[in-house]
Amino acid sequence: MKEIEITSGRMNPGIDPVLHAWGWEIPVYLFIGGLVAGILFFSALFFLRGKTEQYPTTVKRAPLLTPIFLAIGLFALFLDLTHKLYFWRLYTTIRLESPMSWGAWTLLIIFPLSVIWSATWFKEIFPEWNWKWSFLNRLDDWFTAYRKVLAWSLIFLSIILGMYTGILLSAFNARPFWNTSILGPLFLVSGLSTGAAAIMLMSKNKAERQIMSKIDISLIGIEIFLIIHLFMGFLASIEVHVQAAELFLGGPYTAVFWTFVFTLGLVVPLIAELLEWRGYHIPVKVPAFLVLIGGLVLRFIVVDAGQTSRWLYKFMQ
Amino acid sequence: MSQQLKRREFIKISGAGVGGMMAGSGLLQAVDFSNPQTDSEELIERKGTERTATYCEMCFWKCAGWVYKKDGKPWKIVGHAEDPNSNGRFCPRGTGGIGAYTDKDRLKTPLIRVQKNGKQVFRKATWDEAFEYIARKMNIIKEEHGPDCIALFTHGSGGSYFKNLLRGFGSNNVAAPSYAQCRGPREEAYMLTYGEVVGSPERTDMQNSKCIVLLGSHLGENMHNGQVQEFVEAVAGGASVITVDPRFSTAASKSKYWLPIKPATDLALLLAWIHVIIYEELYDKEYVEQYTYGFEQLKASVKHNTPEWAYPITTIKPHLIRETAREMARYAPATLVHPGRHVTWYGDDTQRVRANAILNALLGSWGRRGGFYAPAKAKVKKPQIPDYPEFKRSWRDAFPGKYPLANLAISSGICDATIPTPERDCSFKGWIVYGTNLPLTLPQPEKTYEAIQNLDLLVAVDIMPSEITGWADVVLPECTYLERYDDLRISQGRVPTVALRAPAFKPKYDSKPAYWMDRELSKKLNLQHYFPHETMESYLNERLKSIGSSLEELQQIGVKRLDNLYSLYYLNGEDYTFATASGKIELYSTLLAEAGYDPIPKYKAHEEPPEGYYRLVYGRAPMHTFGRTINNPHLHDLKSENEVWINRKVAELWGIRDGEYIILENQDGKQSNRIKVKVTERIRHDTVYMVHGFGHTDKRMRRAYNKGADDNALISKVHVDPIMGGTGMRGNFVTFKREAA
Amino acid sequence: MARYAMAIDTKRCVGCTDCVVACQTENNVPVGYCRDWIVEETTGTYPELHMEIRSERCNHCEDAPCVRSCPTSASHYADGGIVLVDHDECIGCKACITSCPYDARFVHPEGYVDKCTFCIHRVKEGKDPACVSVCPTHAMIFGDLEDENSEISEALKTRKHKTLIPEAGTVPHVYYLL
Ligand SMILES: Nc1nc2c(c(=O)[nH]1)N[C@H]1C(S)=C(S)[C@@H](COP(=O)(O)OP(=O)(O)OC[C@H]3O[C@@H](n4cnc5c(=O)[nH]c(N)nc54)[C@H](O)[C@@H]3O)O[C@H]1N2
Ligand SMILES: Nc1nc2c(c(=O)[nH]1)N[C@H]1C(S)=C(S)[C@@H](COP(=O)(O)OP(=O)(O)OC[C@H]3O[C@@H](n4cnc5c(=O)[nH]c(N)nc54)[C@H](O)[C@@H]3O)O[C@H]1N2
Ligand code: SF4
Ligand code: SF4
Ligand code: SF4
Ligand code: SF4
Ligand code: SF4
Ligand SMILES: [Mo]
Repeated sequence: MKEIEITSGRMNPGIDPVLHAWGWEIPVYLFIGGLVAGILFFSALFFLRGKTEQYPTTVKRAPLLTPIFLAIGLFALFLDLTHKLYFWRLYTTIRLESPMSWGAWTLLIIFPLSVIWSATWFKEIFPEWNWKWSFLNRLDDWFTAYRKVLAWSLIFLSIILGMYTGILLSAFNARPFWNTSILGPLFLVSGLSTGAAAIMLMSKNKAERQIMSKIDISLIGIEIFLIIHLFMGFLASIEVHVQAAELFLGGPYTAVFWTFVFTLGLVVPLIAELLEWRGYHIPVKVPAFLVLIGGLVLRFIVVDAGQTSRWLYKFMQ
Repeated sequence: MSQQLKRREFIKISGAGVGGMMAGSGLLQAVDFSNPQTDSEELIERKGTERTATYCEMCFWKCAGWVYKKDGKPWKIVGHAEDPNSNGRFCPRGTGGIGAYTDKDRLKTPLIRVQKNGKQVFRKATWDEAFEYIARKMNIIKEEHGPDCIALFTHGSGGSYFKNLLRGFGSNNVAAPSYAQCRGPREEAYMLTYGEVVGSPERTDMQNSKCIVLLGSHLGENMHNGQVQEFVEAVAGGASVITVDPRFSTAASKSKYWLPIKPATDLALLLAWIHVIIYEELYDKEYVEQYTYGFEQLKASVKHNTPEWAYPITTIKPHLIRETAREMARYAPATLVHPGRHVTWYGDDTQRVRANAILNALLGSWGRRGGFYAPAKAKVKKPQIPDYPEFKRSWRDAFPGKYPLANLAISSGICDATIPTPERDCSFKGWIVYGTNLPLTLPQPEKTYEAIQNLDLLVAVDIMPSEITGWADVVLPECTYLERYDDLRISQGRVPTVALRAPAFKPKYDSKPAYWMDRELSKKLNLQHYFPHETMESYLNERLKSIGSSLEELQQIGVKRLDNLYSLYYLNGEDYTFATASGKIELYSTLLAEAGYDPIPKYKAHEEPPEGYYRLVYGRAPMHTFGRTINNPHLHDLKSENEVWINRKVAELWGIRDGEYIILENQDGKQSNRIKVKVTERIRHDTVYMVHGFGHTDKRMRRAYNKGADDNALISKVHVDPIMGGTGMRGNFVTFKREAA
Repeated sequence: MARYAMAIDTKRCVGCTDCVVACQTENNVPVGYCRDWIVEETTGTYPELHMEIRSERCNHCEDAPCVRSCPTSASHYADGGIVLVDHDECIGCKACITSCPYDARFVHPEGYVDKCTFCIHRVKEGKDPACVSVCPTHAMIFGDLEDENSEISEALKTRKHKTLIPEAGTVPHVYYLL
């Protein structure tokens, strides 16, 4: 029998009785990061494979949303800061050991790139469009000429962004539930999947939806595999990890996680997409929508559960 | 008794519904809910740090220390390195003392009870009005019933001025809860045995003890500073500690032996130990021979008190009783069987502590290194004041033939004697209550409330709107100890010392020091000759001059150490006449025999909890002093509510979870406030435990209000010690109730 | 270079919480927050019990995840290996909070992240930290591990001791004497 008690009334706000350092802002930021990474990745990829005209939504249209999303993501991050006036300090140093730091920098670089990338497609999407100033038109022409370089950079950066959203958390050894190398790949794959889902939602082209759905099926498959591995890894590890896993296996997160993330966010869309593949008629919006919601809930749950799981003072819950 | 109020109501800030009614009463201003006063207005802005000498009033150990200000603002309080009570280090309550000063819920102005729209409310009053009111009522009581029908309850430094005033007025009825609710039985038991008391700080030589026996004394939770320091020094030095407690206390966790005794049976254990020590001839033969009286009677008396006899009573295994008795003997005379402090447990307390005193005598620890030393005390003359008038009646007359061996007034007895009975010709009519929160302090609170209904005058002098102030006719707000001078601290110890308390801050709000109150009140009562000094400064200076010092010197040094002219250990073969009837240490008490009590303690069984009930015991938490610190911002932060400790198996039986709130109901159907459950291995299955001082009912203490439960509310039964009137408070049993949804 | 460390004697500590109040008043820690706290850990079943009492705070880890995770360098190692937060550099991202396995940090109401400083302001003046200097039972030792003869080096040489969750890999510099 072990009784542990903090007898001094320690009740630091945000820390006790359960850590609540990060609220809704961080999961939203992570979700958007993954989503943007997915959209930009597919856009650049299909562009490089010469499928621009075949899959116009993927390559041209979807990226238009990314600057807006990124702005929302950065704003969420900003809202999370408690010492907001010092925000600019993020950009006075580069700290490679700090995922927060390189995440902030990655966003800072990918943000203008996403703007430029979208801008180069503007005239093709809206034939009437004309940049007001001639230097902008010249810039547009110049960037359009270098689209290949842009695309390669985007592939590279979107993978970093996608991974980063997972690694940010798994870098925190202090939170047993985050302390697993699977979180990085899981968030990357989930980000790509939400990206694919977003494109499916926007696309009016059946072929395009089908190819995205095909991709999504494999991504979901990988995700399911990773999630199973995640829990097996925890259960085979030390006590705090087992306890972290138990939060989802009978603990407080069991119902939400297995219902919303696993079943509605992964298994149902997977089946739906497979059925559609087999020719059953299922409106593509349904699985796509479910994937997006599942991705968002996944991040909320992971951020929250990670904070709930701790090394010490588990008694305080 | 013209505008006598029908029935005294407890005045509190009303709940939201009737809040508006209070707005005009002055009470809101008086307790200042809306405009928190900023510290800076009160203080002279200064740069840098400065310090002021004080001694702590957060409990009664009275450690000396320094109050620091930084840039004119209150900063911190630290112990005085030269002070033997603290050795330069305060306890948490002392360190948190700054919160007593900054607490915004403090009493702010004098208050007088008035009737308004059919409701009793407080009206803000000037000091002059308050004194006028009190003096008039006191004079009426004097005329109608005699001056001795006014009693003073006091606990704390400023009480001495009220005592002076009341004696000058003609009443010697002065009682403190530290007697009949605390250490009275101990002092009487040691008095009966050794002709001397233990006193405070205890004259225990714990720092040199090799073996320490604690019966209940929960040192470490009982945070009497110097004592805890000595205890830990001894533990770190390898002393063998034997802790007897139904609960695995902090001290138990530092002990070699923890004996989880069945509560109420300590006397049986003590007698069994005495038996082993006598019959295994482990006692100090020369010491017993030279200094004690009645050994043969004792030996005969404890003949049957074998460990096997004690086992079913105490649940302590016989071999453990033997082993621990031998352990004590091994280290004797450096074995200290601690005499306890709060000892009013079961009504046979004088006898139990007598057994404790006898055990110490057998081990030869009294007057020896590692046992009890001879305390030294500074002698500092008090300025001359005129003699008091002769007292016609005393508190004793209220209880003819009872408590023959009580040497001090019994607080609970005065309370009893305030409720009129046909036999008594005069009951108490007026109470002055200084620094003691009677509703939480005296057991059987219903009785206290009933007594209060029979009063013509109740004056409460306090720093906080404690419960007692809600019943008062007049409330006098004292400033905190950090804002006033008080008399010198002259406490006993290994070296005689004198310590000064000087004000570090100007009194906040309209609060005043007790000395000033009494001097002003004495003018209204034509008693000013008892207060010849206009200020405390001049009083203190005169006192200090008698030892060749001055106020100025003490302000600089804070604590003055004098030389001890006597040796601490005085019973190593030296001749000594004890102040007892026989001149010896009385193992057999002639006085008790004369008065018709057992001259040698005998175990008598106590009532056991009925099925489904558990014995309620209580104690201290290190960061709080009774109820007086619960509202202190710093200390409240450390512990804002108490818990009821329930053994894990019992909790499982009842389906009670750790951390849930329940209600305790005692054998008389009295219910507690909701209280959090602490499910623990650290307590016996037949006992529940809680820290005393929580469960405040006065809303004016905004932090403390309604947090935790008050043990006192469940102490509706007391077992009064027939020898000295102490109130045994641990004979109450509780059961568990779910909170009403 | 000094390497500051603290040792808490669990045999002496009675859990009185004086170290907690002293820290509050010395460092003006707002009421409702604390940089140090007391833990009582009981093992066994009635009546075979053992209890360890510890005064806990930031461990001033040698390999501090809070420093690593800080994006602005606000969390840094100061002289003597003391881990500090520069209030004016901290943006309040709370990465350091989630990265500390001991939950030793909190967001100060003024926005920056705060925690135990080992009372560096006192240490610089050659004094013990406030908590150490008030402890009535002398349960705490503060000093320099580089100095072979310091009280703390002596204590660690002669007494059995442990650190909290060493498996977290942080290399704490607050030791518990057993
Ligand atoms: N922090 C703090 N310290 C204080 C005070 C305070 O308010 N706060 N008050 C001071 C004052 S005035 C006093 S009088 C002292 C009181 O402190 P003590 O003299 O130590 O008081 P006790 O009543 O002996 O201690 C309570 C302990 O007795 C145990 N107990 C209960 N019933 C029994 C029993 O039948 N037998 C035995 N052997 N043990 C039992 C309880 O489990 C608990 O551990 O504390 C002083 N120190
Ligand atoms: N149920 C139960 N009853 C008990 C005990 C118990 O453990 N349980 N313990 C008993 C013991 S051992 C004792 S010693 C007594 C103690 O009993 P009390 O001395 O009555 O203890 P407190 O409840 O702290 O009440 C002290 C009052 O003094 C006020 N006060 C504090 N400082 C000052 C000051 O500077 N000036 C003035 N004028 N007032 C001040 C506080 O606000 C508070 O209202 O209680 C006894 N009664
Ligand atoms: S023991 Fe603590 S509360 Fe009591 S006088 Fe000393 S410092 Fe003050
Ligand atoms: S002040 Fe000392 S004895 Fe008290 S809790 Fe802190 S370390 Fe322990
Ligand atoms: S205890 Fe926590 S805050 Fe302190 S140095 Fe280690 S990781 Fe950082
Ligand atoms: S909250 Fe402040 S100290 Fe902590 S990681 Fe962020 S910037 Fe650094
Ligand atoms: S070292 Fe200073 S800051 Fe750290 S806990 Fe102790 S008093 Fe507080
Ligand atoms: Mo007491």
